[in-house]
Amino acid sequence: MEKCSVLLTVNDLKMHFPIRHGFLQRVTGYVKAVDGVSFSVCCGETLGLVGESGCGKTTIGRCLMRAYEPTCGTMIYQNERGETVDLARLPGRQLKPYRRELRMIFQDPYSSLNPRMTVLDIVAEPLRVHHLAKGKDLEDRVAALLKRVGLRPEYMRRYPHAFSGGQRQRIGIARALALSPRIVICDEAVSALDVSVQAQILNILQDLQLELNLTYLFISHDLSVVEYIADRVAVMYVGKLVEVAPTERLFNAPRHPYTEALLSAVPKPDPRMRSRRIVLEGEVADPANPPSGCYFHPRCRYAQARCATERPELHDVGQGQQVACHFAEELSLSGVRAN
Amino acid sequence: MEGPELLLEVKGLKTYFFLDEGTVKAVEGADFSLLRGGTLGIVGESGCGKTVTAYSITQLIESPGRIVEGQILFHRRLNGVEGSPATTEVVDLAKLRPGSRSICEIRGSEIAMVFQEPMTALSPVHTIGDQIMEVILLHRKVSKKEAREQTVEMLRHVGIPKSETRLDTYPFQLSGGMRQRAMIAMALMCRPSLLIADEPTTALDVTMQAQILELMKQLQREMGMAVILITHNLGVVAEVCEQVAVMYLGEVVEWADVEALFADPLHPYTQALLRSIPKLGQSKKGRLDPIKGMVPDPYNRPGGCPFHPRCAQMIAGRCDQERPPLVRRPDGRTVRCVLYADS
Ligand SMILES: Nc1ncnc2c1ncn2[C@@H]1O[C@H](COP(=O)(O)OP(=O)(O)OP(=O)(O)O)[C@@H](O)[C@H]1O
Ligand SMILES: Nc1ncnc2c1ncn2[C@@H]1O[C@H](COP(=O)(O)OP(=O)(O)O)[C@@H](O)[C@H]1O
Ligand code: SF4
Ligand code: SF4
Ligand SMILES: [Mg+2]
Ligand SMILES: [Mg+2]
Repeated sequence: MEKCSVLLTVNDLKMHFPIRHGFLQRVTGYVKAVDGVSFSVCCGETLGLVGESGCGKTTIGRCLMRAYEPTCGTMIYQNERGETVDLARLPGRQLKPYRRELRMIFQDPYSSLNPRMTVLDIVAEPLRVHHLAKGKDLEDRVAALLKRVGLRPEYMRRYPHAFSGGQRQRIGIARALALSPRIVICDEAVSALDVSVQAQILNILQDLQLELNLTYLFISHDLSVVEYIADRVAVMYVGKLVEVAPTERLFNAPRHPYTEALLSAVPKPDPRMRSRRIVLEGEVADPANPPSGCYFHPRCRYAQARCATERPELHDVGQGQQVACHFAEELSLSGVRAN
Repeated sequence: MEGPELLLEVKGLKTYFFLDEGTVKAVEGADFSLLRGGTLGIVGESGCGKTVTAYSITQLIESPGRIVEGQILFHRRLNGVEGSPATTEVVDLAKLRPGSRSICEIRGSEIAMVFQEPMTALSPVHTIGDQIMEVILLHRKVSKKEAREQTVEMLRHVGIPKSETRLDTYPFQLSGGMRQRAMIAMALMCRPSLLIADEPTTALDVTMQAQILELMKQLQREMGMAVILITHNLGVVAEVCEQVAVMYLGEVVEWADVEALFADPLHPYTQALLRSIPKLGQSKKGRLDPIKGMVPDPYNRPGGCPFHPRCAQMIAGRCDQERPPLVRRPDGRTVRCVLYADS
């Protein structure tokens, strides 16, 4: 791999939500939404994060934003001055500068914008909160941001309802960019959009990344989009990473059975490729009560006796690929180009 | 019977909404047909009239909306007396009054629908079981006990485990995938000859989507019903459909077999849609090629060919002036574009 300057290193991150019951609200268990996740992200890179619904992707994003207080683990971030800080430990007051440097774009372009604020107010709010601009200067900056994401500045006094889904997503991006962030967490940022608008937004995200040297954590369950945009991909299952690899490798030579199944489930826009699909039966295991051994074993077509008792650790298998499966070295799995 | 048998023919369908701000021409010329047991996909960007087309077929359009023109010919199979061959009767659904007895008899029993967001279609205050049983009790002469047994059986059939107990759960207690299965069970209770599924997997992740699509294919094989699948996911269409209707601003601009459509898309809009999607295993890390601009709002429907402001092959003076004719090709495909008008 090319040389990379590490911007963020997450180590053994855990987010356990207490389950409370009864009159006394006693804690009767924990939802282990994120359970010991480690990864790093290089400057200017796009790391894709994929997995089924409920496996903990958004929770990782929200921990990074410190919208949640992580249960344990470290999130070492290298700031603009080259100093390293642990975002997981920073008390509220000292977090403020980092709230500028890390921003999040949300899934739903309909509910994530306040319907009672004009576009100007929405995009300007972070600038106001951080006392970075006011008056005419503020308006000019908002106009420039809107232009950058392909929206007409003349529309800045309109309300969100006057815009289409794609335009609202652009407003969300403009707002996220207002504070010149370094890391942008895109949580299903294009999932709710039409194919053609999705292509426009993906292009904008890529242009902005080049222009502004942005680093993306790109959360999505659409693997075609992730293949297109990500440099590396992390696959998550029930609170844990099961595979991390450069995009090409992950899609062509997956080493984890869960990755193989996810890839095979993607409907391919080519009727000649109607696949003999691996249809994963059942649903994601309950993170409050995960299976023994390898969490994936009840749904894994390659599971053996050992899988039900022994938990596989994420380990290196060469070429920048890490896998958590006892048989990663032995199994021969198919990627997307195999058929 | 010789050859494949027609089930549904939609001809020149127009459905408008008459609002104070103006008239929304939500469907403005939809033409397609569907064979008994076949699968038709309807694709297009959001707002192109897919849902309104489906609602028109089932006469669910509410005032101020109305079907203003066209035919929806439904070939009903009348089950003859034991031993005698089944006969068919052609009903023009467009002529039935919304809420009339005839359409209520057909809807839910012969034509059933699955909606995009099951939470809006299922009542939150009744159990899954009660809601499904209500459908059978409405359309079939069965006792409550039989209805309950059939419901348990159908829930099991659509892959809901422990269906005897799940019967008594409320929709919000089920996951998205399970709710969609319950919706499908409800739609299939009366063994319809046509199932219309509006974005049945759009809210689901890839594995749940694959499960539901497999389930629909399997049930279709077993029950011989036809399916209209509305989606904006071209991958889903390629996986499950036999024919495809591409809609743009209320018009079916192209209608073809799925292989032909993907191998050789004729209409510039179809071509642009196919170019705009990232394809798994084929990304060259280049830029995507989106369709320029966006779907215009329905009050400002462009004249001439509605796609002309976004079309790369637009012929000035022609495409912006005249409405392109519906061209039927020798192989049966249809396309609405001047580029094919002289062939
Ligand atoms: N505040 C919370 N309290 C308790 N449990 C939570 C909370 N937030 C999330 N969870 C649970 O943690 C798990 C992971 O949720 P998360 O939202 O991170 O999933 P996700 O991977 O983003 O899914 P999706 O693809 O549906 O967005 C789920 O089981 C969820 O129900
Ligand atoms: N109840 C309604 N009142 C007014 N306009 C409507 C109504 N329902 C749909 N429309 C309009 O009809 C057009 C087609 O909508 P729809 O069929 O829902 O699109 P699709 O399903 O293709 O996304 C859109 O412009 C939409 O705004
Ligand atoms: S460890 Fe066993 S159960 Fe888990 S993914 Fe590997 S083979 Fe499957
Ligand atoms: S009629 Fe003209 S504008 Fe319309 S699709 Fe054909 S070439 Fe394009
Ligand atoms: Mg999420
Ligand atoms: Mg719709």
